[in-house]
Amino acid sequence: MPPANVYSVSQVSAYIKSLFVGDMLLADVWLSGEVSGFIQANSGHCYFTLKDAGAILKSVIWRTQAKGMALPRNGDAVIVHGAISVYEQGGAYQLYVDHLEPAGVGQLWREFERLKARLEVEGLFADARKRPIPARPARLGVVTSPTAAALRDILRTLSHRYGLVDVILAPTPVQGDQAPPAIVAALALLNRWSVEREPLDAIILARGGGSIEELWAFNDERVARAIAASAAPVITGVGHETDFTIADFVADLRAPTPTGAATLATPDGRELSAAVAALMARAERQLTGRLADERTRVGGLTVRLRRAAPAARLATNRQRIDDLSRRGALAIANIVHQQRARLRGEGLRLTALDPNRVLARGYAIVARADGAVLHSVAQVAPGDAVRVRMADGAFGAIVTEDR
Amino acid sequence: MPDQKSFEALYGEMEEAVRQLEAGDLSLEESLALFARATALAEQCNALLDSAELRVRQLVSQPDGSSAAEPFENWQNG
Repeated sequence: MPPANVYSVSQVSAYIKSLFVGDMLLADVWLSGEVSGFIQANSGHCYFTLKDAGAILKSVIWRTQAKGMALPRNGDAVIVHGAISVYEQGGAYQLYVDHLEPAGVGQLWREFERLKARLEVEGLFADARKRPIPARPARLGVVTSPTAAALRDILRTLSHRYGLVDVILAPTPVQGDQAPPAIVAALALLNRWSVEREPLDAIILARGGGSIEELWAFNDERVARAIAASAAPVITGVGHETDFTIADFVADLRAPTPTGAATLATPDGRELSAAVAALMARAERQLTGRLADERTRVGGLTVRLRRAAPAARLATNRQRIDDLSRRGALAIANIVHQQRARLRGEGLRLTALDPNRVLARGYAIVARADGAVLHSVAQVAPGDAVRVRMADGAFGAIVTEDR
Repeated sequence: MPDQKSFEALYGEMEEAVRQLEAGDLSLEESLALFARATALAEQCNALLDSAELRVRQLVSQPDGSSAAEPFENWQNG
Protein backbone atom coordinates (compact mmCIF):
# COMPACT_ATOMS: atom_id res chain seq x y z
CA MET A 1 0.00 0.00 0.00
CA PRO A 2 1.73 3.20 -1.09
CA PRO A 3 1.79 6.10 1.30
CA ALA A 4 -0.23 9.25 0.62
CA ASN A 5 2.71 11.25 -0.72
CA VAL A 6 3.47 9.73 -4.10
CA TYR A 7 5.49 12.13 -6.27
CA SER A 8 5.31 12.53 -9.96
CA VAL A 9 8.45 12.03 -12.09
CA SER A 10 8.51 15.74 -12.79
CA GLN A 11 8.34 16.57 -9.12
CA VAL A 12 11.25 14.30 -8.28
CA SER A 13 13.23 15.55 -11.26
CA ALA A 14 12.61 19.14 -10.19
CA TYR A 15 13.82 18.22 -6.70
CA ILE A 16 16.98 16.58 -8.06
CA LYS A 17 17.61 19.61 -10.26
CA SER A 18 17.29 21.93 -7.27
CA LEU A 19 20.02 19.93 -5.51
CA PHE A 20 22.37 20.41 -8.50
CA VAL A 21 21.57 24.07 -8.87
CA GLY A 22 22.10 24.76 -5.20
CA ASP A 23 25.47 23.03 -5.16
CA MET A 24 28.32 25.55 -5.16
CA LEU A 25 30.79 23.22 -6.87
CA LEU A 26 28.51 21.97 -9.64
CA ALA A 27 27.32 25.48 -10.48
CA ASP A 28 30.85 26.67 -11.21
CA VAL A 29 33.19 23.86 -12.20
CA TRP A 30 36.38 23.42 -14.20
CA LEU A 31 37.16 19.97 -15.54
CA SER A 32 39.35 18.26 -18.06
CA GLY A 33 38.63 15.37 -20.35
CA GLU A 34 38.58 14.10 -23.88
CA VAL A 35 35.92 15.07 -26.41
CA SER A 36 33.92 12.36 -28.15
CA GLY A 37 30.70 12.14 -30.12
CA PHE A 38 30.87 15.84 -30.96
CA ILE A 39 28.03 17.11 -33.14
CA GLN A 40 26.74 20.55 -33.89
CA ALA A 41 22.99 20.52 -34.59
CA ASN A 42 21.33 22.68 -37.22
CA SER A 43 20.17 24.89 -34.38
CA GLY A 44 23.82 25.72 -33.70
CA HIS A 45 23.89 24.00 -30.32
CA CYS A 46 26.70 21.50 -29.79
CA TYR A 47 26.46 18.15 -28.03
CA PHE A 48 29.26 15.84 -27.02
CA THR A 49 30.51 13.70 -24.21
CA LEU A 50 33.51 14.49 -22.12
CA LYS A 51 35.25 11.37 -20.96
CA ASP A 52 38.23 9.96 -19.23
CA ALA A 53 39.22 6.36 -18.48
CA GLY A 54 36.58 5.91 -15.80
CA ALA A 55 33.53 7.99 -16.64
CA ILE A 56 31.62 10.03 -19.16
CA LEU A 57 29.75 13.32 -18.82
CA LYS A 58 27.16 14.53 -21.31
CA SER A 59 27.96 18.07 -22.36
CA VAL A 60 26.23 20.90 -24.19
CA ILE A 61 27.46 24.14 -25.72
CA TRP A 62 24.62 26.51 -26.50
CA ARG A 63 24.68 28.29 -29.85
CA THR A 64 25.40 31.68 -28.31
CA GLN A 65 28.47 30.31 -26.49
CA ALA A 66 29.58 28.22 -29.45
CA LYS A 67 29.73 31.28 -31.73
CA GLY A 68 32.76 32.85 -30.08
CA MET A 69 34.53 29.56 -29.40
CA ALA A 70 37.14 27.43 -31.16
CA LEU A 71 35.06 24.25 -31.29
CA PRO A 72 36.75 20.98 -30.35
CA ARG A 73 37.05 17.84 -32.43
CA ASN A 74 36.65 14.27 -31.32
CA GLY A 75 39.73 13.07 -29.50
CA ASP A 76 40.77 16.60 -28.39
CA ALA A 77 41.88 16.91 -24.82
CA VAL A 78 40.17 19.97 -23.42
CA ILE A 79 39.70 21.99 -20.29
CA VAL A 80 36.17 23.28 -19.89
CA HIS A 81 34.24 25.46 -17.52
CA GLY A 82 30.51 25.46 -16.90
CA ALA A 83 27.68 24.30 -14.69
CA ILE A 84 26.33 20.78 -14.24
CA SER A 85 22.60 20.52 -14.06
CA VAL A 86 19.71 18.25 -14.88
CA TYR A 87 17.99 17.89 -18.22
CA GLU A 88 14.65 16.76 -16.91
CA GLN A 89 13.08 15.71 -20.22
CA GLY A 90 16.12 13.53 -20.93
CA GLY A 91 16.43 12.19 -17.44
CA ALA A 92 20.11 13.07 -17.42
CA TYR A 93 22.52 15.39 -15.78
CA GLN A 94 24.85 17.25 -18.09
CA LEU A 95 27.49 19.90 -18.30
CA TYR A 96 26.56 23.27 -19.81
CA VAL A 97 29.85 24.54 -21.17
CA ASP A 98 30.57 28.27 -21.28
CA HIS A 99 34.33 28.07 -21.83
CA LEU A 100 36.46 25.55 -23.60
CA GLU A 101 40.16 25.48 -24.36
CA PRO A 102 42.60 22.89 -25.63
CA ALA A 103 44.34 21.17 -22.79
CA GLY A 104 47.94 22.19 -22.71
CA VAL A 105 50.56 23.25 -25.17
CA GLY A 106 50.98 19.73 -26.50
CA GLN A 107 47.51 19.87 -27.92
CA LEU A 108 48.19 23.25 -29.53
CA TRP A 109 51.28 21.95 -31.25
CA ARG A 110 49.48 18.91 -32.58
CA GLU A 111 46.93 21.26 -34.13
CA PHE A 112 49.73 23.43 -35.47
CA GLU A 113 51.49 20.52 -37.13
CA ARG A 114 48.25 19.21 -38.57
CA LEU A 115 47.32 22.54 -40.17
CA LYS A 116 50.85 23.22 -41.31
CA ALA A 117 51.08 19.86 -43.06
CA ARG A 118 47.73 20.35 -44.73
CA LEU A 119 48.46 23.85 -46.04
CA GLU A 120 51.91 22.81 -47.18
CA VAL A 121 50.44 20.01 -49.28
CA GLU A 122 48.04 22.56 -50.72
CA GLY A 123 51.03 24.64 -51.82
CA LEU A 124 50.25 27.71 -49.72
CA PHE A 125 53.86 28.00 -48.55
CA ALA A 126 55.45 27.56 -51.99
CA ASP A 127 58.23 29.98 -52.93
CA ALA A 128 56.58 30.50 -56.30
CA ARG A 129 53.68 32.16 -54.48
CA LYS A 130 55.90 34.72 -52.73
CA ARG A 131 55.71 38.14 -54.26
CA PRO A 132 58.52 40.70 -54.10
CA ILE A 133 58.19 43.71 -51.81
CA PRO A 134 58.75 47.03 -53.65
CA ALA A 135 62.12 48.54 -52.72
CA ARG A 136 60.74 52.03 -52.14
CA PRO A 137 57.07 51.67 -51.15
CA ALA A 138 54.83 54.72 -51.35
CA ARG A 139 52.11 53.32 -49.10
CA LEU A 140 51.95 50.49 -46.54
CA GLY A 141 49.01 48.91 -44.76
CA VAL A 142 49.43 47.82 -41.14
CA VAL A 143 47.25 45.23 -39.41
CA THR A 144 47.78 45.09 -35.65
CA SER A 145 46.32 46.19 -32.35
CA PRO A 146 46.07 50.00 -32.22
CA THR A 147 46.96 50.07 -28.53
CA ALA A 148 49.93 47.71 -28.42
CA ALA A 149 53.63 48.51 -28.27
CA ALA A 150 54.10 46.63 -31.54
CA LEU A 151 52.37 49.41 -33.47
CA ARG A 152 54.56 52.09 -31.91
CA ASP A 153 57.65 50.03 -32.71
CA ILE A 154 56.55 49.72 -36.33
CA LEU A 155 55.70 53.40 -36.75
CA ARG A 156 58.92 54.57 -35.08
CA THR A 157 60.98 52.31 -37.30
CA LEU A 158 59.21 53.45 -40.46
CA SER A 159 59.60 57.06 -39.39
CA HIS A 160 63.35 56.70 -38.79
CA ARG A 161 64.07 54.77 -41.93
CA TYR A 162 61.75 56.18 -44.53
CA GLY A 163 59.38 58.92 -43.41
CA LEU A 164 58.19 59.32 -46.99
CA VAL A 165 55.98 56.27 -46.72
CA ASP A 166 52.26 56.69 -46.16
CA VAL A 167 50.72 54.36 -43.55
CA ILE A 168 47.15 53.05 -43.44
CA LEU A 169 46.30 51.26 -40.22
CA ALA A 170 43.52 48.67 -40.01
CA PRO A 171 43.14 48.14 -36.26
CA THR A 172 42.27 44.67 -34.98
CA PRO A 173 42.50 42.61 -31.81
CA VAL A 174 45.46 40.21 -32.10
CA GLN A 175 44.60 37.61 -29.49
CA GLY A 176 41.55 35.74 -28.31
CA ASP A 177 38.79 34.00 -30.19
CA GLN A 178 37.60 37.15 -31.90
CA ALA A 179 41.09 37.89 -33.30
CA PRO A 180 41.17 35.57 -36.36
CA PRO A 181 37.95 36.83 -37.98
CA ALA A 182 38.95 40.41 -37.11
CA ILE A 183 42.37 39.96 -38.73
CA VAL A 184 40.73 38.43 -41.80
CA ALA A 185 38.37 41.42 -41.98
CA ALA A 186 41.22 43.93 -41.56
CA LEU A 187 43.19 42.33 -44.42
CA ALA A 188 40.10 42.42 -46.62
CA LEU A 189 39.45 46.05 -45.71
CA LEU A 190 42.98 47.10 -46.64
CA ASN A 191 42.86 45.20 -49.92
CA ARG A 192 39.61 46.91 -50.78
CA TRP A 193 41.10 50.27 -49.88
CA SER A 194 44.06 49.47 -52.10
CA VAL A 195 41.87 48.66 -55.08
CA GLU A 196 39.26 51.37 -54.66
CA ARG A 197 41.09 54.29 -53.05
CA GLU A 198 44.87 54.32 -52.69
CA PRO A 199 47.11 51.46 -53.80
CA LEU A 200 49.14 49.72 -51.10
CA ASP A 201 52.60 48.37 -51.92
CA ALA A 202 52.54 45.89 -49.04
CA ILE A 203 50.75 45.05 -45.78
CA ILE A 204 52.50 44.49 -42.45
CA LEU A 205 50.71 41.98 -40.20
CA ALA A 206 52.21 42.14 -36.72
CA ARG A 207 51.92 41.29 -33.07
CA GLY A 208 54.38 41.69 -30.20
CA GLY A 209 55.77 38.79 -28.22
CA GLY A 210 53.56 36.59 -26.07
CA SER A 211 52.83 33.04 -24.98
CA ILE A 212 51.99 30.44 -27.59
CA GLU A 213 48.32 30.79 -26.63
CA GLU A 214 48.48 34.55 -27.11
CA LEU A 215 50.01 34.14 -30.56
CA TRP A 216 47.52 31.50 -31.56
CA ALA A 217 45.40 33.72 -33.80
CA PHE A 218 48.34 33.67 -36.23
CA ASN A 219 48.06 29.88 -36.47
CA ASP A 220 44.44 30.08 -37.53
CA GLU A 221 43.52 28.63 -40.89
CA ARG A 222 41.22 31.56 -41.70
CA VAL A 223 44.10 34.00 -41.16
CA ALA A 224 46.42 31.85 -43.28
CA ARG A 225 43.94 31.81 -46.15
CA ALA A 226 43.33 35.56 -45.90
CA ILE A 227 47.07 36.17 -46.22
CA ALA A 228 47.23 33.90 -49.25
CA ALA A 229 44.26 35.72 -50.78
CA SER A 230 45.64 39.23 -50.18
CA ALA A 231 46.33 41.09 -53.42
CA ALA A 232 48.97 43.21 -51.69
CA PRO A 233 52.04 41.26 -50.52
CA VAL A 234 52.02 40.55 -46.79
CA ILE A 235 54.99 40.89 -44.42
CA THR A 236 54.54 39.20 -41.03
CA GLY A 237 56.26 40.23 -37.82
CA VAL A 238 54.78 38.08 -35.07
CA GLY A 239 56.21 37.53 -31.60
CA HIS A 240 59.94 37.10 -31.16
CA GLU A 241 62.77 35.80 -33.30
CA THR A 242 62.07 32.19 -32.37
CA ASP A 243 58.32 32.22 -32.92
CA PHE A 244 57.19 30.72 -36.20
CA THR A 245 53.48 30.84 -36.95
CA ILE A 246 51.42 29.49 -39.84
CA ALA A 247 50.94 33.12 -40.88
CA ASP A 248 54.73 33.42 -41.25
CA PHE A 249 54.84 30.43 -43.60
CA VAL A 250 52.08 31.79 -45.84
CA ALA A 251 53.34 35.40 -45.85
CA ASP A 252 55.29 36.77 -48.80
CA LEU A 253 58.01 37.81 -46.37
CA ARG A 254 58.56 36.80 -42.73
CA ALA A 255 60.24 39.17 -40.29
CA PRO A 256 61.30 38.05 -36.80
CA THR A 257 59.52 40.90 -34.97
CA PRO A 258 57.19 43.86 -35.66
CA THR A 259 60.24 46.15 -35.81
CA GLY A 260 61.87 43.72 -38.23
CA ALA A 261 58.80 43.83 -40.47
CA ALA A 262 58.99 47.63 -40.65
CA THR A 263 62.68 47.35 -41.50
CA LEU A 264 62.14 44.82 -44.28
CA ALA A 265 59.28 46.90 -45.72
CA THR A 266 61.33 50.05 -46.28
CA PRO A 267 64.68 51.22 -47.60
CA ASP A 268 67.13 52.97 -45.28
CA GLY A 269 66.88 56.72 -45.91
CA ARG A 270 70.66 57.06 -45.43
CA GLU A 271 71.29 54.50 -48.15
CA LEU A 272 69.04 56.48 -50.46
CA SER A 273 71.00 59.66 -49.74
CA ALA A 274 74.13 57.73 -50.63
CA ALA A 275 72.52 56.49 -53.85
CA VAL A 276 71.63 60.06 -54.81
CA ALA A 277 75.20 61.16 -54.07
CA ALA A 278 76.57 58.27 -56.15
CA LEU A 279 74.42 59.30 -59.13
CA MET A 280 75.67 62.87 -58.81
CA ALA A 281 79.26 61.64 -58.70
CA ARG A 282 78.65 59.86 -62.00
CA ALA A 283 77.23 63.06 -63.50
CA GLU A 284 80.23 65.04 -62.27
CA ARG A 285 82.70 62.56 -63.68
CA GLN A 286 80.96 62.81 -67.03
CA LEU A 287 80.92 66.59 -67.09
CA THR A 288 84.52 66.84 -65.94
CA GLY A 289 85.66 64.71 -68.85
CA ARG A 290 83.54 66.68 -71.25
CA LEU A 291 84.90 70.05 -70.13
CA ALA A 292 88.45 68.76 -70.38
CA ASP A 293 87.78 67.73 -74.00
CA GLU A 294 86.30 71.11 -74.85
CA ARG A 295 89.23 72.98 -73.34
CA THR A 296 91.67 70.91 -75.34
CA ARG A 297 89.75 71.59 -78.53
CA VAL A 298 89.83 75.34 -77.90
CA GLY A 299 93.59 75.05 -77.37
CA GLY A 300 94.04 73.12 -80.62
CA LEU A 301 91.97 75.62 -82.57
CA THR A 302 94.07 78.48 -81.26
CA VAL A 303 97.22 76.87 -82.53
CA ARG A 304 95.74 76.25 -85.99
CA LEU A 305 94.42 79.80 -86.28
CA ARG A 306 97.85 81.19 -85.44
CA ARG A 307 99.50 79.09 -88.11
CA ALA A 308 96.94 80.01 -90.74
CA ALA A 309 96.94 83.73 -90.13
CA PRO A 310 98.81 85.86 -92.75
CA ALA A 311 101.77 87.75 -91.38
CA ALA A 312 100.23 91.19 -92.00
CA ARG A 313 97.23 90.46 -89.83
CA LEU A 314 99.18 88.48 -87.37
CA ALA A 315 99.35 91.08 -84.69
CA THR A 316 95.66 91.91 -84.60
CA ASN A 317 94.65 88.32 -85.12
CA ARG A 318 96.92 87.16 -82.43
CA GLN A 319 95.30 89.58 -80.14
CA ARG A 320 91.85 88.43 -81.18
CA ILE A 321 92.81 84.82 -80.86
CA ASP A 322 94.23 85.40 -77.45
CA ASP A 323 91.11 87.25 -76.60
CA LEU A 324 88.89 84.48 -77.92
CA SER A 325 90.72 81.71 -76.17
CA ARG A 326 90.78 83.73 -73.00
CA ARG A 327 87.05 84.24 -73.30
CA GLY A 328 86.56 80.55 -74.04
CA ALA A 329 88.56 79.56 -71.02
CA LEU A 330 86.76 82.15 -68.97
CA ALA A 331 83.38 80.87 -70.14
CA ILE A 332 84.29 77.35 -69.10
CA ALA A 333 85.65 78.58 -65.81
CA ASN A 334 82.43 80.49 -65.24
CA ILE A 335 80.33 77.47 -66.01
CA VAL A 336 82.40 75.40 -63.68
CA HIS A 337 82.11 78.07 -61.05
CA GLN A 338 78.36 78.30 -61.44
CA GLN A 339 77.84 74.56 -61.30
CA ARG A 340 80.07 74.35 -58.29
CA ALA A 341 78.08 77.04 -56.56
CA ARG A 342 74.87 75.14 -57.25
CA LEU A 343 76.06 72.12 -55.41
CA ARG A 344 75.76 72.06 -51.69
CA GLY A 345 75.97 69.31 -49.16
CA GLU A 346 78.04 66.24 -48.68
CA GLY A 347 78.72 64.15 -51.70
CA LEU A 348 77.57 66.85 -54.09
CA ARG A 349 80.79 68.79 -54.36
CA LEU A 350 82.57 69.10 -57.65
CA THR A 351 86.12 68.29 -56.90
CA ALA A 352 87.81 67.74 -60.18
CA LEU A 353 86.52 70.00 -62.91
CA ASP A 354 90.00 71.22 -63.75
CA PRO A 355 91.25 69.02 -66.60
CA ASN A 356 94.74 69.09 -65.13
CA ARG A 357 93.44 67.28 -62.11
CA VAL A 358 91.92 64.68 -64.35
CA LEU A 359 95.30 64.26 -66.01
CA ALA A 360 96.95 64.03 -62.61
CA ARG A 361 94.83 60.94 -61.93
CA GLY A 362 96.65 59.19 -64.76
CA TYR A 363 94.57 60.12 -67.78
CA ALA A 364 96.18 61.41 -70.99
CA ILE A 365 94.97 63.45 -73.96
CA VAL A 366 96.10 62.16 -77.35
CA ALA A 367 96.18 64.65 -80.22
CA ARG A 368 97.10 64.48 -83.91
CA ALA A 369 100.12 66.40 -85.20
CA ASP A 370 97.82 69.27 -86.18
CA GLY A 371 96.66 69.52 -82.59
CA ALA A 372 93.20 67.97 -83.03
CA VAL A 373 92.28 65.84 -80.04
CA LEU A 374 91.56 62.21 -80.84
CA HIS A 375 88.15 60.90 -79.84
CA SER A 376 88.22 57.63 -81.68
CA VAL A 377 90.65 54.98 -82.85
CA ALA A 378 89.19 55.59 -86.30
CA GLN A 379 91.09 58.88 -86.46
CA VAL A 380 94.52 57.23 -86.62
CA ALA A 381 96.35 54.65 -88.67
CA PRO A 382 99.57 52.75 -87.97
CA GLY A 383 102.54 55.05 -88.55
CA ASP A 384 100.72 58.27 -87.59
CA ALA A 385 102.57 60.57 -85.24
CA VAL A 386 100.57 61.62 -82.22
CA ARG A 387 101.13 63.87 -79.26
CA VAL A 388 100.37 62.56 -75.78
CA ARG A 389 99.72 65.14 -73.12
CA MET A 390 100.00 64.21 -69.46
CA ALA A 391 99.71 66.26 -66.30
CA ASP A 392 103.36 67.33 -66.23
CA GLY A 393 104.17 67.61 -69.92
CA ALA A 394 103.80 66.00 -73.31
CA PHE A 395 105.63 63.59 -75.59
CA GLY A 396 105.39 62.39 -79.16
CA ALA A 397 104.44 58.86 -80.09
CA ILE A 398 103.90 56.73 -83.17
CA VAL A 399 100.81 54.58 -83.64
CA THR A 400 102.16 51.06 -84.05
CA GLU A 401 99.25 48.80 -84.62
CA ASP A 402 95.76 48.67 -85.79
CA ARG A 403 92.96 48.89 -83.28
CA MET B 1 57.06 72.40 -51.71
CA PRO B 2 55.89 73.41 -55.19
CA ASP B 3 56.97 70.11 -56.75
CA GLN B 4 54.84 67.34 -55.29
CA LYS B 5 56.56 64.54 -57.18
CA SER B 6 57.37 61.40 -55.25
CA PHE B 7 60.92 60.46 -54.34
CA GLU B 8 60.56 57.51 -56.67
CA ALA B 9 59.70 59.81 -59.61
CA LEU B 10 62.46 62.31 -58.85
CA TYR B 11 65.05 59.59 -58.43
CA GLY B 12 63.93 58.00 -61.69
CA GLU B 13 64.29 61.31 -63.54
CA MET B 14 67.71 61.84 -62.06
CA GLU B 15 68.82 58.37 -63.11
CA GLU B 16 67.59 59.11 -66.63
CA ALA B 17 69.40 62.47 -66.76
CA VAL B 18 72.68 60.86 -65.70
CA ARG B 19 72.18 58.04 -68.18
CA GLN B 20 71.70 60.55 -71.01
CA LEU B 21 74.72 62.49 -69.86
CA GLU B 22 76.78 59.30 -70.01
CA ALA B 23 75.47 58.37 -73.44
CA GLY B 24 77.64 61.29 -74.56
CA ASP B 25 76.07 62.33 -77.90
CA LEU B 26 75.08 65.76 -76.64
CA SER B 27 76.35 69.28 -77.23
CA LEU B 28 78.20 70.98 -74.40
CA GLU B 29 75.19 73.18 -73.73
CA GLU B 30 72.89 70.19 -73.52
CA SER B 31 75.33 68.42 -71.22
CA LEU B 32 75.50 71.42 -68.93
CA ALA B 33 71.72 71.76 -68.89
CA LEU B 34 71.33 68.07 -68.04
CA PHE B 35 73.93 68.37 -65.32
CA ALA B 36 72.08 71.34 -63.85
CA ARG B 37 68.85 69.34 -64.01
CA ALA B 38 70.45 66.36 -62.25
CA THR B 39 71.79 68.68 -59.57
CA ALA B 40 68.38 70.21 -58.99
CA LEU B 41 66.77 66.75 -58.81
CA ALA B 42 69.42 65.61 -56.32
CA GLU B 43 68.62 68.58 -54.14
CA GLN B 44 64.90 67.79 -54.29
CA CYS B 45 65.55 64.13 -53.45
CA ASN B 46 67.64 65.08 -50.43
CA ALA B 47 65.10 67.68 -49.32
CA LEU B 48 62.34 65.06 -49.46
CA LEU B 49 64.39 62.58 -47.45
CA ASP B 50 65.33 65.21 -44.87
CA SER B 51 61.89 66.69 -44.35
CA ALA B 52 59.70 63.60 -44.61
CA GLU B 53 57.36 63.09 -41.67
CA LEU B 54 55.49 59.82 -41.41
CA ARG B 55 51.80 60.19 -42.25
CA VAL B 56 49.62 57.65 -40.44
CA ARG B 57 45.90 57.17 -40.95
CA GLN B 58 43.46 54.70 -39.46
CA LEU B 59 40.58 53.05 -41.32
CA VAL B 60 37.29 53.73 -39.59
CA SER B 61 33.94 52.22 -40.58
CA GLN B 62 31.30 54.70 -41.66
CA PRO B 63 27.55 54.37 -41.00
CA ASP B 64 26.95 53.59 -44.68
CA GLY B 65 29.29 50.57 -44.53
CA SER B 66 32.20 52.18 -46.32
CA SER B 67 35.40 53.12 -44.55
CA ALA B 68 37.29 56.37 -44.18
CA ALA B 69 40.91 57.06 -43.32
CA GLU B 70 41.26 59.34 -40.33
CA PRO B 71 44.50 60.79 -38.99
CA PHE B 72 46.16 58.60 -36.37
CA GLU B 73 48.43 60.89 -34.48
CA ASN B 74 48.96 59.94 -30.88
CA TRP B 75 51.42 57.12 -31.56
CA GLN B 76 54.44 59.23 -30.71
CA ASN B 77 53.34 59.64 -27.10
CA GLY B 78 53.94 57.01 -24.46
